[in-house]
Amino acid sequence: MGAVSEPRLTTSGNSRDYRDVVLVAPITVPYVRYSIRSAHWFVAHALARLLKESNLNKADIDGLSLGSFTLAPDTAIGLTQHLGITVRWLDHVPLGGACGIVALRRALRAVQAGDAEVVACIGADTNHVDSFRQSLGSFSVFARDAVFPYGSGGPNASFAFLTSYYMRTFGATREDFGKICVAQRDNALGYPHAMFKKRLTLEEYLGARLIADPIRLFDCVMPCAGAEAFLVMTRQRAEALGLPYAIVRATCERHNAFPDDPIQIRGGWVLDRDHLYSAAGLEPADIDFVETYDDYPVMSMIQIEDLGFCEKGEGPAFIRRHSLTTDGTFPINTSGGQLSAGQAGCAAGFLGLVESIRQLTDRNLARRVPEARFGIAVGFGMITYDRGLCSGAAILSRAAV
Amino acid sequence: MIPPLLRPKRKNPILRTRLPLLPPSSRSRAALGLTAAAALGRFELQVCGSCGIVQYPPREVCHGCLSGALHWREQSGSGELISTTTVHLSQDPYFRERVPWRLGMVRLDVGPTVIVHLHVGCAPVPSRVRVGACLDKSGQGVLMAFPIDEVPNMADDTQLREMTCDPKFRKVLVTDGKTDVGQAIVRGLIAAGADLVWVGYAEPWKKIPGFAALAALPQVALLPLDLSDSRSVKEMAGEIGGKVDILINSAEVHRAQGIASRSGIEAARAEMDINYFGLLRLAQEFGPVMRSRAADGQSSATAWVNLLSIYALCNYPSHGTFSASKAAALSLSQCLRAEMRAGGVRVINVFPGPIDDEWNQTLPPPKLTPEALAKAIVNALKDGVEDIYPGDVAQEWLARWEESPKTLEREVSV
Repeated sequence: MGAVSEPRLTTSGNSRDYRDVVLVAPITVPYVRYSIRSAHWFVAHALARLLKESNLNKADIDGLSLGSFTLAPDTAIGLTQHLGITVRWLDHVPLGGACGIVALRRALRAVQAGDAEVVACIGADTNHVDSFRQSLGSFSVFARDAVFPYGSGGPNASFAFLTSYYMRTFGATREDFGKICVAQRDNALGYPHAMFKKRLTLEEYLGARLIADPIRLFDCVMPCAGAEAFLVMTRQRAEALGLPYAIVRATCERHNAFPDDPIQIRGGWVLDRDHLYSAAGLEPADIDFVETYDDYPVMSMIQIEDLGFCEKGEGPAFIRRHSLTTDGTFPINTSGGQLSAGQAGCAAGFLGLVESIRQLTDRNLARRVPEARFGIAVGFGMITYDRGLCSGAAILSRAAV
Repeated sequence: MIPPLLRPKRKNPILRTRLPLLPPSSRSRAALGLTAAAALGRFELQVCGSCGIVQYPPREVCHGCLSGALHWREQSGSGELISTTTVHLSQDPYFRERVPWRLGMVRLDVGPTVIVHLHVGCAPVPSRVRVGACLDKSGQGVLMAFPIDEVPNMADDTQLREMTCDPKFRKVLVTDGKTDVGQAIVRGLIAAGADLVWVGYAEPWKKIPGFAALAALPQVALLPLDLSDSRSVKEMAGEIGGKVDILINSAEVHRAQGIASRSGIEAARAEMDINYFGLLRLAQEFGPVMRSRAADGQSSATAWVNLLSIYALCNYPSHGTFSASKAAALSLSQCLRAEMRAGGVRVINVFPGPIDDEWNQTLPPPKLTPEALAKAIVNALKDGVEDIYPGDVAQEWLARWEESPKTLEREVSV
């Protein structure tokens, strides 16, 4: 019987750096649990906030990258007319939790190559009362054929499998995941846009309602409506406009990594982390904060391992010996992450990037990570069948370090 | 240890009646291959004709070599249960009514990882399991993991019972109890734990051996029912329609004749009147009420069985008008199936080869005994399949028909 041949893995070892291209104007359109507005409304408000934040006009925006699941039947092109903008570079990136990193990577190159001068990167989605249920059955062909008919638990059931397997294999406990969730909630208390504004105790976490064991209520994100966005432009332009900016030291992106793993315990970061750090000229120890893609706490633990902060399987021990709040020894998800800020569809793929830019440009809304110079934002997403297919990361730094 | 199913208490009319809902039934065309196999009681996956990879979920091409030469092939289903969960919160109204619902992830020995409904008898992870395909309430194929070895009360698992049409503790109508086949079916149902069997009879004056003994069984209730009489069917539906969980239409008229062998259409009309119009009369009167009761508790309405004939697939000229009436019934049964699926009631078609009865006296063996046919029907209910072809002749016809319907037509017309 044949077997899938091991793919030849190309590295981005020769890819150029991102010198002279920067990130500015991190903005958030505040989240609401349900909205009667369309995704277009959230995209428009994101764009308006970007313009206000940057003192630019619509005519200055010549590139648009849009991540959204709820625009249908529109895609990014429909939004140009809807919003009255004329662009010479356009991208539609409906990649959920990875759309921020992927949008960022493409926009950086577009500006670097001169194909656009100012690219607005926007992740936005709406959430009507029945949106989430409807999205489950139409998310992918595989989900419709081979997941949704099985209990219709949505991502909760999918991540229950992964979490259960991870706990059994590596000895993680509910308390370990609880520590992540409780710390993130603590971080969220300093972030005005967080959906959850009440402190979470470990007891509340452990005793919460069972959703799909071992997943309980506070392991799950709350689907909501909202938007996150930033601008990509040249350093020269940002300085001329007097805008504080963050620099991108290195990025990576990988899709459908390790297809032969029986169940997901790692993502594509494992293939790309060496290059990621060497391109950035940094070590994991240099990173001051990590914005994981925390759709479930087990994914934060896997990302901490796969991005080289500890070995595979040592995530639980790592979590136990660190404090995870903004003032801790290993600050993660400094604005609360999706677990506390909410998951506004594709905006969730931007949440960590936007928060990182804020932290590194002193435009904080959440509590500041003291003396933060380097941050890493992680993208992950698109469980079309049994595992998240997309993984990506970006290492950002202050303008001057 | 699986708790045995208990005989349900009398329904309390004050309490809320669970309405029929279906699990998500939308599938890609590629995925319907799983359904087509499960309808026959087989677990098949796509196997690449070029490189041999077994793949799941179903695709349009092989994910290894990109060949489009994919074949659905039967699988043993052996694999390792690597993770489990129990869904307590579901977004879907069907599952919301039925949580907690067990699920598993199985690494099949042939390669793919499959998400499955999990039989309660499976040992905790990691453990060996057998994955099989079932039809769920929506009539679509789904995968379920079972313990490798039979465990007591296996069929009583609540999730499995959603997939099957087990007669245990159910009330059944057998439309004609005056044939050998009808009587064998009644006895088979009682042996399988049916709660009550209404036995229809059309001609009170006709004394049949064994019928009196059958009527004396405590689970049996006789019911005057004439499928050629619309009023009779309507009256009986009014009387018991709201209580029938399984309907087995065993009534048939069979005359061994072709076209030239007899003049006039009276015999053929009698065949059509029972075999086709009888089914239509039954379906109109009993179908809607059964469909409305398809989720009514542990012993809901669940199945409708049609006694067709292998001759429904291809006309057997020496039984030509009978074949035609069964072909008509087959076509109508597909309409009935589509309509009953909306409520979750399974329509099971039975395609026996020649039965060892008075109308097949001139045919050579092998012929199907009424007992064997009854057993096949009870098993079809227990397995929850859609189509069965009992007997060696039926199996042979089926194999020939699947390979080439035209060749079969020539082969049987000599």
